[in-house]
Amino acid sequence: MIELQGINKSFKVARRTAGFGQAVKALFAREHTIVEALHNISFDISPGEIVGYIGPNGAGKSTTIKVMSGILVPDSGICQILGYTPWQDRTSYVRNIGVVFGQRTQLWWDVPVIDSFGLLRDIYKIPSAVYRENLTLLTESLALSDILQTPVRQLSLGQRMRCEIAASLLHNPQILFLDEPTIGLDANSKIAVRQFIKTINKERGVTVILTTHDMNDIEALADRILMIGKGTLLYDGTLVDLRSRFGSKRIVTIDYHEHAEPVDVEGTSCLSWTPERAVYSVDIDDVPVASIIAKLSEQIELVDIGIGTTPVEELILELYKEHQI
Amino acid sequence: MHLYLKYVWILFKSQTQYRLSFWMLALGQALTPLTVFAGLYFMFAQFGQVKGWSFYEAALCYAIIGLSFALAETFARGFDMFSTLVTSGDFDRLLVRPRSTILQVLGSRFEFARLGRMLQSLIVLIWSLNKLPLALTAPKLFTLTLMIVCGMLIFTGIFIATASLSFWTIQGLEVANVFTDGGREMAKYPLSIYEKWVAYFFTFVIPLGCVNYLPLLYVLGRTSGSNILYMLSPLAGIVFFLPCLFMWHIGVRHYRSTGS
Repeated sequence: MIELQGINKSFKVARRTAGFGQAVKALFAREHTIVEALHNISFDISPGEIVGYIGPNGAGKSTTIKVMSGILVPDSGICQILGYTPWQDRTSYVRNIGVVFGQRTQLWWDVPVIDSFGLLRDIYKIPSAVYRENLTLLTESLALSDILQTPVRQLSLGQRMRCEIAASLLHNPQILFLDEPTIGLDANSKIAVRQFIKTINKERGVTVILTTHDMNDIEALADRILMIGKGTLLYDGTLVDLRSRFGSKRIVTIDYHEHAEPVDVEGTSCLSWTPERAVYSVDIDDVPVASIIAKLSEQIELVDIGIGTTPVEELILELYKEHQI
Repeated sequence: MHLYLKYVWILFKSQTQYRLSFWMLALGQALTPLTVFAGLYFMFAQFGQVKGWSFYEAALCYAIIGLSFALAETFARGFDMFSTLVTSGDFDRLLVRPRSTILQVLGSRFEFARLGRMLQSLIVLIWSLNKLPLALTAPKLFTLTLMIVCGMLIFTGIFIATASLSFWTIQGLEVANVFTDGGREMAKYPLSIYEKWVAYFFTFVIPLGCVNYLPLLYVLGRTSGSNILYMLSPLAGIVFFLPCLFMWHIGVRHYRSTGS
């Protein structure tokens, strides 16, 4: 459904140098450097997928989203989405997509949310039956009924984001682009937003592409991860694959009745130790977790045991490190 | 058109959220040009006439250009303020909506407070028409309407052309105010009182003279021979407007290939 092939995009950026003389010179002749924002980006996305698009700041995430939503024209490469080339058939193409820029609002600031929705209905020419049905559904599932009459400027960030997402779905788009949808939200709102994204993906089959810096978003939502760094696509695969790639490490946390000395267990490394709690890192390919617990319980009186995988955050960090970005 | 009205309605609701500031602005907008008009009045009170133009004739000239400008500023304010849309990156938002960028930019601003200015020009227009010994025939009324509409097109064209430039410069161009505000001030008086090159500039480059001075000669009965050219000269405004639209499309294409 979404197909990118060898997309390249570079920007000309004016170089600024310090000093008054340089500033005066820049008024007349500016020096430019070419920044390669995207380099040979290719991937396919099938209908119904949720894809997490990650990478450090300035890696090219937003540029890719802008190319895919028809805002920017790449220097070269092929991009076919729903049979359209986004930048060529802009008006007919964008009818089929929804875009949320987390840092920017698409609602009219000074009027009640419902008025913004009404205007969007006219912009997208949404038939009134469809509009009413969608509005009811979105109002229910995003708990909007109390805030529809409130001017946008009086909404909290979490409330606003819920409205933004609703606004981008009024016209039944097949693809939803979310650029940092959870930025600045509190834990509750984050969970609500994630829940909802999952629901529309499941129930309506909306394909979702989201960029984020919050790895919990990825863990909760994304079947698939695309990682970009310095304009190049570095990783394309599932979270499970990523996990297995970075090994079979587990974190074992144990609580026990007071014990004066650290206990060493063969095949593990002790990450932290207090008289009541210790954390071990284990490679389960070498030593099964069960045998470690057995060994531990011989020496100390266990109260509680927790076994965890490496947090996604660290996996991603490993990946960044591997590619030196 | 329906959508445009919707845009206007939303903007009206927004502006009336700040009621007091709205009325103050409208009042201020109506009064400011009035001081200019007072200047015109006192000048004529002193000299009686300028190069053969009586006070009421000059007032008519002033009212028509004032009305054109007020209309352009009311409806096309979005283009006048366009550079803010580019610097803030909100132009991206317009590009992901399935409507023409022109319509959306027009719908991004609507300056209701400018209605005060419009009203003021309208009053001067009716007043001077009343005082002038004119028979307002249907062709003359038609010409007057054409003058106002095409004058609005010229100012809108300048706004659009300037807005297009901000795709390259990102920052707004104050230079363009020379043509809008400056052009308005110049065209308030009959072109014949100026130096030749000024008259040429405002006839052939920015054809404000064609929507104001030339057809006004016909309306005031100062022409000899065929009137049809005088009547239709405001159409030069449309000729001016089209390249401005073209510039806009080039600008949008440039934006999309360079990004923000």
